[in-house]
Amino acid sequence: MKGAMTPQAAAELIPDGASLMIGGFMAVGSPERMIDALVARRLRDLTLICNDAAMPGKGVGKLISAGAVRRVIASHIGLNPEMQAKMISGEIDCELVPQGTLVERIRAGGMGLGGVLTPTGLGTEVEEGKRIIEVEGKRFLLETPLKADFSLISAWQADYVGNLSYLLTAHNFNPVMALAGKTVIAEPESIVPVGVIPPDAVKTPGVLVHHLLVRAGR
Amino acid sequence: MDAKELIARRVAREIRAGMLVNLGIGLPSLVANYVPQSLGVFFQAENGVIGLGARPPEGMENLGLTDAGGGFVSAVPGAASIDSAMSFGLIRGGHLDMTVLGGLQVDEAGRLANWKVPGKMVPGMGGAMDLVTGAARVVVAMQHSARGESKVVKSCDLPLTSLRRVDLVVTELAALKPTEEGLVLLERAPGVSLKEIRDATEADLLIPGEVPEMELA
Repeated sequence: MKGAMTPQAAAELIPDGASLMIGGFMAVGSPERMIDALVARRLRDLTLICNDAAMPGKGVGKLISAGAVRRVIASHIGLNPEMQAKMISGEIDCELVPQGTLVERIRAGGMGLGGVLTPTGLGTEVEEGKRIIEVEGKRFLLETPLKADFSLISAWQADYVGNLSYLLTAHNFNPVMALAGKTVIAEPESIVPVGVIPPDAVKTPGVLVHHLLVRAGR
Repeated sequence: MDAKELIARRVAREIRAGMLVNLGIGLPSLVANYVPQSLGVFFQAENGVIGLGARPPEGMENLGLTDAGGGFVSAVPGAASIDSAMSFGLIRGGHLDMTVLGGLQVDEAGRLANWKVPGKMVPGMGGAMDLVTGAARVVVAMQHSARGESKVVKSCDLPLTSLRRVDLVVTELAALKPTEEGLVLLERAPGVSLKEIRDATEADLLIPGEVPEMELA
């Protein structure tokens, strides 16, 4: 862990065309200050890997509205009409992935697995172009791992070494994405001394976290 | 009583003590209103909570505690918060006793289509494919028709959610049980005749000698 930095300084690390995993479920548990800094930097051609497209003005929806995004891999975009319009116009390529498959593909990427075998999607459009593998008499789809250049994580508390804890339904994709980005930037609600987060309550060990964002307003 | 309330009250009768249940957003979420707290049922929201509770008092909402539709909720005693991998592990791994979902079409093979209308509505499947594939029981709660067209069809022409045969379909006219032989007309809604059900249904129904009226929670 390399210490705490401003969202602006963190955004400077991220170039045009980068792939980003961004935590959140309908913008709950999304790193909003980090996203604001990316929008302000006027990045282009980003790939987003995220659960959903949130809504205009919230979470990853702000990057989509800003024209910063070329490709989205997500499970749901239905609450963001701008995303739907950009997909139809061809401005954004969109790969829709069942939510449970999406999180497992990210987990596979982060945990060094060659993919996952899931029954979800068999016999549907999701099956198209994928290998089917039979194991012990049952059929599964082979789904490939996902990784990203950066994982942008929202957490509840961080301590000085980057250990993270999460709040209620703001966990969602954050703990899993923390393993699958080459560079992991965490935006905690607050930073506390080591020991305030008990070891058993640490969901993301600090060894995974490269940068923390400083507190809001600093 | 409107159609949605009737459907929700019939589906509520499927829920047994101690179950872990996932309710979809929209119509299915109404089912919780008719399940007595004394049953000790845990409702899961796939965004990451087991033990979903009612909306908190005004001003006490927490930005980090919502249901899968983004609405503010509370949590019941014994609740647990989980990440998305655990949440879908519960769903896909067969640990979820029941899911209740809305539907666009159900066909004679008991297959559900509920995530896409090509060229019109492409919101994404969200968690629906995992829920239908993995839950121990799948109950579809939907209105019988949309814009004058039956949603209970011979064969789905909309993209399927799963090949899985769902376990029960409840509409404001009937309760239908998909079986290997076809769709069995299990119950009629109160005051609805067999003819009304047949006239409103594109699919062929298997109709037993006696079709009782449904009981509501």
